[in-house]
Amino acid sequence: MKFLREGLDKVKPHFEKGGKLEKYYYPFEAIETFLFAPNHTTPNKGAHIRDAIDLKRLMTTVIVAMIPCLLFGMWNVGYQHFLATGEAATFGEQFLLGAIHVLPIVVVAYAAGLGVEFVFSIVRKHPINEGFLVTGMLIPLIMPVTIPLWQVALATIFAVLIGKEVFGGTGMNILNVALTARAFLYFAYPTDISGEVWTYFGNATPLEGYTGATPLAIAQSTPAGESVVDAIQNASFIKGSAFVDLFMGYLPGSIGETSTLMCLIGAALLILTGVGSWKIILSAFAGAYGMGLLFNALSLNPYMAMPAEYQLVIGGLAFGIVFMATDPVTAAHTELGKWIYGALIGILTVIIRVVNPAYPEGIMLAILLMNVFAPLIDHYVVQANKNRRLRRATV
Amino acid sequence: MSKTIKLKRGFDIRLKGVAEQKVASVAQPEVFALKPLDFVGIQRPKVTVKEGETVKAGTPILFDKKNEQVLYTAPVSGEVVEIKRGLKRRVEEIKILADKEIQYETFNAYSSSELGKASREQLQEQLLKSGAWPHIIQRPYGVVAKPSDTARDIFISGFDSNPLAADIDFILKDDKKYLQAGIDVISKFTSGKVYLGLNGKKASQLFSDVSGVEKYSFQGPHPAGNVGVQIHNVKPVNKDEVVWTISPYGLVQIGKVFLEGKYDASKVVAVAGSEVKTAQYYKTYSGACIKNFLKDNLLEEHVRCVSGSPLTGSRIEKDGFIGFYDNSVAVIPEGDEYELFGWALPTTNKLSFHKALGLLSFVNPHKEFRLNTNIRGEERAFVQSGVLERVVPMDVLPTYLLKAVMAQDFENMEALGIYEVIEEDLALCEFVDVSKHKVQAILREGLDLLQYS
Repeated sequence: MKFLREGLDKVKPHFEKGGKLEKYYYPFEAIETFLFAPNHTTPNKGAHIRDAIDLKRLMTTVIVAMIPCLLFGMWNVGYQHFLATGEAATFGEQFLLGAIHVLPIVVVAYAAGLGVEFVFSIVRKHPINEGFLVTGMLIPLIMPVTIPLWQVALATIFAVLIGKEVFGGTGMNILNVALTARAFLYFAYPTDISGEVWTYFGNATPLEGYTGATPLAIAQSTPAGESVVDAIQNASFIKGSAFVDLFMGYLPGSIGETSTLMCLIGAALLILTGVGSWKIILSAFAGAYGMGLLFNALSLNPYMAMPAEYQLVIGGLAFGIVFMATDPVTAAHTELGKWIYGALIGILTVIIRVVNPAYPEGIMLAILLMNVFAPLIDHYVVQANKNRRLRRATV
Repeated sequence: MSKTIKLKRGFDIRLKGVAEQKVASVAQPEVFALKPLDFVGIQRPKVTVKEGETVKAGTPILFDKKNEQVLYTAPVSGEVVEIKRGLKRRVEEIKILADKEIQYETFNAYSSSELGKASREQLQEQLLKSGAWPHIIQRPYGVVAKPSDTARDIFISGFDSNPLAADIDFILKDDKKYLQAGIDVISKFTSGKVYLGLNGKKASQLFSDVSGVEKYSFQGPHPAGNVGVQIHNVKPVNKDEVVWTISPYGLVQIGKVFLEGKYDASKVVAVAGSEVKTAQYYKTYSGACIKNFLKDNLLEEHVRCVSGSPLTGSRIEKDGFIGFYDNSVAVIPEGDEYELFGWALPTTNKLSFHKALGLLSFVNPHKEFRLNTNIRGEERAFVQSGVLERVVPMDVLPTYLLKAVMAQDFENMEALGIYEVIEEDLALCEFVDVSKHKVQAILREGLDLLQYS
């Protein structure tokens, strides 16, 4: 690997101040620091030793945590396809078909986003932030597999530009970048991201009587007097017990978010490594469950009567809580704030789902809304700290 | 019986090369230096001696034009051989070539009973003149105390929880009587109490029968030994209040000034760290050159020597001088090297507070690490939240405080408790920070803003 280092050292002067490629210093730095941990040393006064962690390591951990969702999502895309068309297929064929359709979305999201990052680093002269490594993986996982690739690119560019870079880059943004991309598509191209878009048919025609409706849509359209659970149980994609299938994720939906189990595996990794806040994850699930129970008690319509545990396994709730609510930049920063922030996300998600007929998926709006309110929550927690100090002084 | 305070937050950094409890015999260093930069808050240092002059131990050689009463004196007798200046002619070192036999300036010697009767004015005059006064540090700001102030309370930390720290019990084991005299003197300067923080994990021989203090013992990881943390958990500093702190070594110095009538700057220092062959203690004087201690004692040539703790100290050269307040020198590997995929590869040789790297650290919790000076990453905006708070056992929100300093927001700096902390209290934040901020430098910037603008 010495030749690699020597090669970098040889071209480095061109990128440094005064070199002819000075403009491209930060893209060069990004590549260099990706390959080699830099040789910077600590200042002459202060902490002479440092923790081995850095942002790259932290972000990579999140990506690793998403891999179960990604792999399962690829398989599920193929599985849903063959289920809808009635063709028989082996596990390998299912996975392959999914991979062929999912990987281009991943590649496009990364290419579009990193493109913006590189341009911005040159124009704004700031280092390329590692934050996009996570965003680039999140965006494909919350898209339907049938999404046109140009829309993926457009949404990613919009999100990185408007959602992040105009605020100053990673660490400064207010809204979760991946959700901004999804919200953009939701409002700009609603027909491509809602309705019957969740299953890939290709050239084949679906079986007679097949509907690609997600459990969320089924729950919302269940007529009065009937049970939501029965309606989901009768859906064409349910093979065994409804709850187990929903938990496992054998259902149509966005690529990575159908399986609660895979999300929980990711959550376990995030919590064990301390990268994701367990407080947010726990309180958000608890909030959703509690709100579900409250609606059960009211039971004004079939959706409200749906058992509260179903709220946790349908839609993208688990995925949103585990991977997007825990985004450290846009979540509440104080420890008490995290409890409040998480709980409100869970509660709001269920309210939006059940009460607002326009948005079948509540988690996206709930997180975006709470992103906006997180600084307010923090403000009050910090204010409490200041008040304690003030009280102490005046006693 | 002392009250016990349990602190949960913090982090013990275990480094290789803790000093063995023995005092080595090597040739006494020839040159000693007083470094004005050791004294935080000296604004206009003025040197009162010229190169070639001879001084005794206790002869004033420096003062601050903004605080003229406090004199800084020579640690040893001998000839002033060099006054080293740096950028903008800033005085960096006043070097003294030591006599074989140290000559002392004479001050009034008191017996223990006379000390009890002496007035504050008498004591203060001798403290200022002898050069022992700068051991008294004031909070807020962590600067040398002002003689015109009366402290609300005085705090002493009886142990040092920093990595590679010298064992205070060991280095002062023969100085019990001076320690008590120091406490007797210092207690005249407060209208409140003198508090002593003890190590809750290990009983102290040194402080067992010290009187005139209120004792608290502290349990928990570093920074439990930091006096700032102890103040916060006993009786925090509020706006417009002044408390003083002093190290046990400082007390011993003060005790010697009064009992012996001379400024005896002898001290025992630990020379520790993964890069020395034998980590042990040396008996020398304040401001000693470390050259003799490192001679034939280094495992590696490419090292960094740090006067003080590796978490808070100052870099010195291999023939540099130990700082005024420091009892230890740490010698650690210099880390100016590239590492292929250094951020990605799994490893057991790096230490991390974060589980993302140290997921399996519980397997071997007592492992000692050989850490170098590499920053291990690049500086970024704050991303991860809640981590800095986990290493500060105080009701202070370090991230918000640092942001207030960066924004030069005076009101919020005050409201968020900047008066309660100095660099050492947030040193662990600098260590654990994922975004690699220079936390201590930022904090000092804030403290300077509040003091001088």
